[in-house]
Amino acid sequence: MAAQSTLRNMVLCLTCVCLVCSAILGVVYAVTLDPIAEASAKALKESIGQVLPEGGEISDAMQAEGFDYYVSTKEGETVAYAVKSTSVGFGGPLTLMVGVLADGTVFNTSVLSHSETPGLGAKCTSDEAFMSQWRGFRGQLKVKKDGGDVDAITASTITSRAYTLAVSNAVEFVKNMEGAKNE
Amino acid sequence: MSKLGLITKGFIKDNPTFALVLGMCPTLATTTSAMNGMEMGLATLFVLVLSNMAISALAPIVPDKVHIPVYIVVIATFVTVLQLLMQAFVPAVYSTLGLFIPLIVVNCIVLGRAEAYANKNTVFDSALDGLGIGIGFTLSLTVIGIIREILGSGSVFGCKFIPGDGILAFVMAPGAFMVLGYLMVLFNKYLKK
Repeated sequence: MAAQSTLRNMVLCLTCVCLVCSAILGVVYAVTLDPIAEASAKALKESIGQVLPEGGEISDAMQAEGFDYYVSTKEGETVAYAVKSTSVGFGGPLTLMVGVLADGTVFNTSVLSHSETPGLGAKCTSDEAFMSQWRGFRGQLKVKKDGGDVDAITASTITSRAYTLAVSNAVEFVKNMEGAKNE
Repeated sequence: MSKLGLITKGFIKDNPTFALVLGMCPTLATTTSAMNGMEMGLATLFVLVLSNMAISALAPIVPDKVHIPVYIVVIATFVTVLQLLMQAFVPAVYSTLGLFIPLIVVNCIVLGRAEAYANKNTVFDSALDGLGIGIGFTLSLTVIGIIREILGSGSVFGCKFIPGDGILAFVMAPGAFMVLGYLMVLFNKYLKK
């Protein structure tokens, strides 16, 4: 049965247990550090590849006006931007990777992270009709309920609005970048 | 009790969800689909087996007055190890379960088994007990997940067989309570002796 509790053996016991535990954690952390970094880099690269036209040369991460973005160039010409854009959804931040062509049209979008309701807003990562409308989207960047051209997900207007806002922010940002270049 | 009995008692007699009614938070929150429920069950199983073994080995040398802090540190260590491993090797699963992995630390099942079983029994028996309870938990969560997925999304393990949207309430919190409640009724009537 359990040992007698004296100050000395309580301190000793807790110290030893904590030491061993932190040693184990240290080892596991060191071992998993690279795979974790690789996994998140791979996820990011995949999402960038998804939202940009094929064949372009993709730059390293850049930052401007609070956006992280990547530029795709072909023969020195800027073809498209992949912009990381965040807005507030129903359950928390909704972060997208938005591919925008240099002329300001949306090429494609992909969700990086979200905390939307499973079965409702979370459909923004699985609903075929909602996702495919972003490919080459033309029209007004607002959900139909607000007088725009975006088909919202059934029963998830707030998520759809947040998604649309994130896309429209990314498009604005690219237009500004391109505009600044031409001046 | 036979070694096999140690494992199988976790399925029905000591089933953590329906008989002991422990660990309700992950049970209700993560069973939106069969797959999510099963993954959560397996994650808990992993922690339960390791923490039961470590605690039964430590129990004789831990002074009584600090046994709870020691158990919590041990459990938290295994949960963090699991979290890092999942993040590294199954990032997709990690992103769906996310918040509920660290919450295994305060899951009553894990600390409950440490207190009720592991600190009085041998390392091997405690491992079997953890395995049994863990499998029982996984089965319960999977069953709840299957029912909620069929009613809520018309699919099982992601394979859709009923077209259309399903009954939304079952994907959300009210459905979790209803399914759990009715299953508990059936469990107590037909399986528990």
